[in-house]
Amino acid sequence: MTTNENMKELYQSVILDHNKNPKNFKKIEGHTHKQEGFNPVCGDHLHIYIKLSDDKATVEDVGFIGEGCAISKASASMMTQAIKGRPVQEVKDLYKDFHKLLTGKLDPENDENSLGKLQIFSGIWKYPARVKCATLSWHTMAAALDGEAGIIKTE
Amino acid sequence: MSLDVEKIRKDFPILHRPVRNKELVYLDNAATTLKPNIVGQIVSDHYLLGASNIHRGVHYYSEKATDEYEGVRDQIKVFIGAKKRNEIIFTTGTTHSVNLLAHILENTKICKGDEILISEMEHHSNIIPWQMLCQRNGAVLKVIPINDDGEIEIEQYKKLLSNKTKLVSVVHVSNSLGSINPIKQMCSLAHEAGALMMVDAAQAVAHIEIDVQNLDVDFLAFSGHKIYGPTGIGVLYGKEALLEELPPFFGGGDMIEKVTFEGSTYAGLPHKFEAGTPPIASVLGLGGALSYVGDLGLKAIEGHEHEVLAYGTQKLLEIEGLRIIGTSKNKTSIISFVLGDVHPHDIGTLVDQDGVAIRVGHHCTQPVMNRFKVPATARASVSIYNRKQDFDVLANSLRKTLEFFR
Repeated sequence: MTTNENMKELYQSVILDHNKNPKNFKKIEGHTHKQEGFNPVCGDHLHIYIKLSDDKATVEDVGFIGEGCAISKASASMMTQAIKGRPVQEVKDLYKDFHKLLTGKLDPENDENSLGKLQIFSGIWKYPARVKCATLSWHTMAAALDGEAGIIKTE
Repeated sequence: MSLDVEKIRKDFPILHRPVRNKELVYLDNAATTLKPNIVGQIVSDHYLLGASNIHRGVHYYSEKATDEYEGVRDQIKVFIGAKKRNEIIFTTGTTHSVNLLAHILENTKICKGDEILISEMEHHSNIIPWQMLCQRNGAVLKVIPINDDGEIEIEQYKKLLSNKTKLVSVVHVSNSLGSINPIKQMCSLAHEAGALMMVDAAQAVAHIEIDVQNLDVDFLAFSGHKIYGPTGIGVLYGKEALLEELPPFFGGGDMIEKVTFEGSTYAGLPHKFEAGTPPIASVLGLGGALSYVGDLGLKAIEGHEHEVLAYGTQKLLEIEGLRIIGTSKNKTSIISFVLGDVHPHDIGTLVDQDGVAIRVGHHCTQPVMNRFKVPATARASVSIYNRKQDFDVLANSLRKTLEFFR
């Protein structure tokens, strides 16, 4: 593969679009859960806000604010799209699948999964230094749902 | 005397291995320098042909290892202009040196309510050990501010100094800004206030001449791996009278004189501070690295690196939206920058595809990032084997990066 093809595999156009125009890039008023995430190695830093339904079974609304590289921003943006309106249990399963995808333990073409559009992150496991960029928002979201105290760190 | 860069490049085998099918352009020297053949040879020879412990054997190889190990101490003494060989303590690196110093100064020279001054541009390794000391014994850490160019605010420094100040610990060359600090002036001001002066020379040692007697600093630390030597070896220099007076910190073999269960006495300098078997091969490798640098001459190195840095600065500034962080008049070896709204991590990954190795992130200086209101920077740092054309490659790669994220 040429350099450019390599980079287009890592930075798919969808990722570049979300980096430029992140979705749900806002604090959610009346959120029921929130969490701060920080990657001490590179300084990526975000806050995730989640509003669960009254019966606590569904993610009614989700948003994030913060700063980071294109991959971390796009990952957070696409995550909010993927989990908004979904049952909490499905969100937790999605989190597990996404984690497997990024560590090269899930082949999106052959293994059954719930990833949908998130499959475009499949190229990242070849760039170990960048995996944490994509997982920060997910770890932070999962910790928010679990009500963990303190800041979630990648290290 | 100028450097024969092409000849130097032949001594660094890694430069001749393609990376991602491209020629390696190594501009991450502030993180660690590449190693010349001689260093690899010496380390390998010690393990394969001379492995023996020092200071305790009476056999041939032990005596040989001891002579060579102590020989490097003499070499370092000359390299940094120390008065005596006893003033050179081997550590595992600058971080170890600063931590060791913080522990031996605790409640001997720095007590509750005493003040320690550091600058806003310190590496975390010259912040955290002092913060931890303050937490342990109630000393107070104060910070000398820097200006928008990344220079120490000398007038503010003068105001912060008082009879409460017991130690000033400042970096000689900033690893994230490249600023060269006026150590001699700062040291004399510290001494006037009755404080000791410690210098973190990790980023300075490979790039500018250091003469501890001329600077009159009380302590100085550096790491071997930033001057073409192995990792895991460093130095703490201290004036003999101070080191004599201060207590040991690590206890164990080699640092003792007489041991009984009722009580023990300690060895003299420098062994008092060197408990346990040291990384002998790394010390010998550092000796090889210092000889290599000594043969080239630091004046010639400074001249060459200055020229490459000036060219690189000009080339990078031609790029639309590129802003250099750290514009001190007195700078060496480092260009930190941000590029439009492209995050430094994305820059690092993109230029890597062109074989260019730079560093991206906060460079272990989070307060500097806060000072300049950036989350991170990209940093290109030069060394003896870098050529002007390395910056042509970087500049092209950065233009492609901008295009990619447009």
